[in-house]
Amino acid sequence: MAKPKPRIRAPKKASKGEVIEIKTLISHPMESGQRKDRKTGEIIPRKIINAFTCTYNGQEVFKADFHPAISANPYMSFFVKVKESGEFEFTWVDDDGTTYSKKSKLTVN
Amino acid sequence: MTSQTKAEQTGAAGWTRRRFIITLGAASAAAAGLTALPGGAAWSAEDAKTVEEEIKRLMGGKELADGAKIISMDLPQIAENGNTVPLEVSVESPMTEADHVTTVHIVADGNPRPGVASFHFSPLSGRAQASTRMRLAKTQNVIAIAEMSDGKAYMTKAEVKVTIGGCGG
Amino acid sequence: MRRLVLALLCGSAVSLAFAGVAVTDDAAQWGPYKVGDKRSGYTFAQPETRAIQEDDFENPAFLLVDAAAELWETAEGEAGKSCADCHEDVESMKGVGTRYPIYFEPWGKLMNVEQRINQCRVDNMKAEPWKYESDALLGMTMLVKLQSRGMPMEVSIDGPAAPFYEKGKAFYEERRGQLDMACAHCHVDNAGTMLRANLLTQGQPNGFPTYRLKWQKAGSLHRRLRGCNKQVRAKPFKAGSDEYVNLELYISHRANGLPVETPAVRN
Repeated sequence: MAKPKPRIRAPKKASKGEVIEIKTLISHPMESGQRKDRKTGEIIPRKIINAFTCTYNGQEVFKADFHPAISANPYMSFFVKVKESGEFEFTWVDDDGTTYSKKSKLTVN
Repeated sequence: MTSQTKAEQTGAAGWTRRRFIITLGAASAAAAGLTALPGGAAWSAEDAKTVEEEIKRLMGGKELADGAKIISMDLPQIAENGNTVPLEVSVESPMTEADHVTTVHIVADGNPRPGVASFHFSPLSGRAQASTRMRLAKTQNVIAIAEMSDGKAYMTKAEVKVTIGGCGG
Repeated sequence: MRRLVLALLCGSAVSLAFAGVAVTDDAAQWGPYKVGDKRSGYTFAQPETRAIQEDDFENPAFLLVDAAAELWETAEGEAGKSCADCHEDVESMKGVGTRYPIYFEPWGKLMNVEQRINQCRVDNMKAEPWKYESDALLGMTMLVKLQSRGMPMEVSIDGPAAPFYEKGKAFYEERRGQLDMACAHCHVDNAGTMLRANLLTQGQPNGFPTYRLKWQKAGSLHRRLRGCNKQVRAKPFKAGSDEYVNLELYISHRANGLPVETPAVRN
């Protein structure tokens, strides 16, 4: 599998106190651990993104725990109330411990 | 809720499209029978054990009040494909330091593993709303449980029918 | 008889096969997705599925398109060239997605976009061809066709392409498999009716490669054709086979006038 790639849609500018929507998507098969290999009959081991975190200027603003019932290429959208300029950091945690992250800057005026 | 006329106009698939939105005053049949858990006989005995286990895992034995009036779930009434069912959940709350939603758990009572996701909010969220896409193995109830900063918890649910395709290909 | 066969096809003799459900048929509503009697698969999809296609951000096929945009700029092979070295901006591919498959003189037969990309890699980049259905080839095919999005399909069947069109047409109309069914039985005779809980489409190819909810990933037209063939319990041909490229020409010509929608989102 190719290395999971995240996509982010977040505004670059906002006014103070505005509640902005952030959309995220990451490529990942989200192997549920419920499927069997058609040839061998063996259960394909679970391998999913199990957590997603969004921080703003180092402070956690939104977090999600995912189970195998989340669709492949997990999509997540949520809201953030912004008070000052800064930087978002988005982090996805894989079952194997690998983390994938992406940053996005925001100017508040 | 989308009106029948509109639904027929937009219903590409011949069946009508009526989004299942449970909000203030729109408490539907699916939500109406809902009372506090555990102990509700709202779903089949076969599934109940697993769902109750999941809810117990998430909530301990905490009492869950009827959340139909404050939790909204936007789900297709009929899902074209159970692999990718869009879900939007939102909870009415001022989202202040003193009064906000801390977590929303999503549980699906007909999946082999009922857990779907938990969304953790903070006053910095501004709005207790999140969207994702989930897998539903069959027609079943999607349950949302909201935990509040004052320690209270609410629950509601909505049924999604999952169609069995003819030409899988 | 056909009713019975289709019921068998979906594994249930008492299914809703061809229950004759009325289909909304409003040209104004479907905009570019309906041209004359031709209807894109978009018009058969549920609103939630269409919504994913309508926003490129929400369409997971773009994860592969993004990766392909990087590959476009990446030099590979012994010639040390990237796609961009010859073709510059990928916008130069505008229109390509409306014309393929084409007759390719050196082969003496047809060539589709996937094969065009691989031929370019082999001839000009001196690089290995990508495997059919690999993420790289799917992504690059989608990136190239995306440049023509919204433009009407205008596949030519004149001149040397004509005999291959006839072969594709024969395939389309020929009964095959244990269920003894042709493509046309579902996608011409019964388009718009229900096959169990699915609405049969016209089988238009203008959105391929497409992100398919069932696959939970993007896939090629030929993967879809293989699926169709398996459903009538026929032995599927290989992706990239002459049979499927000829068929691709027939159904692409059949779609002429519909807009290129790649990468679409389908059930």
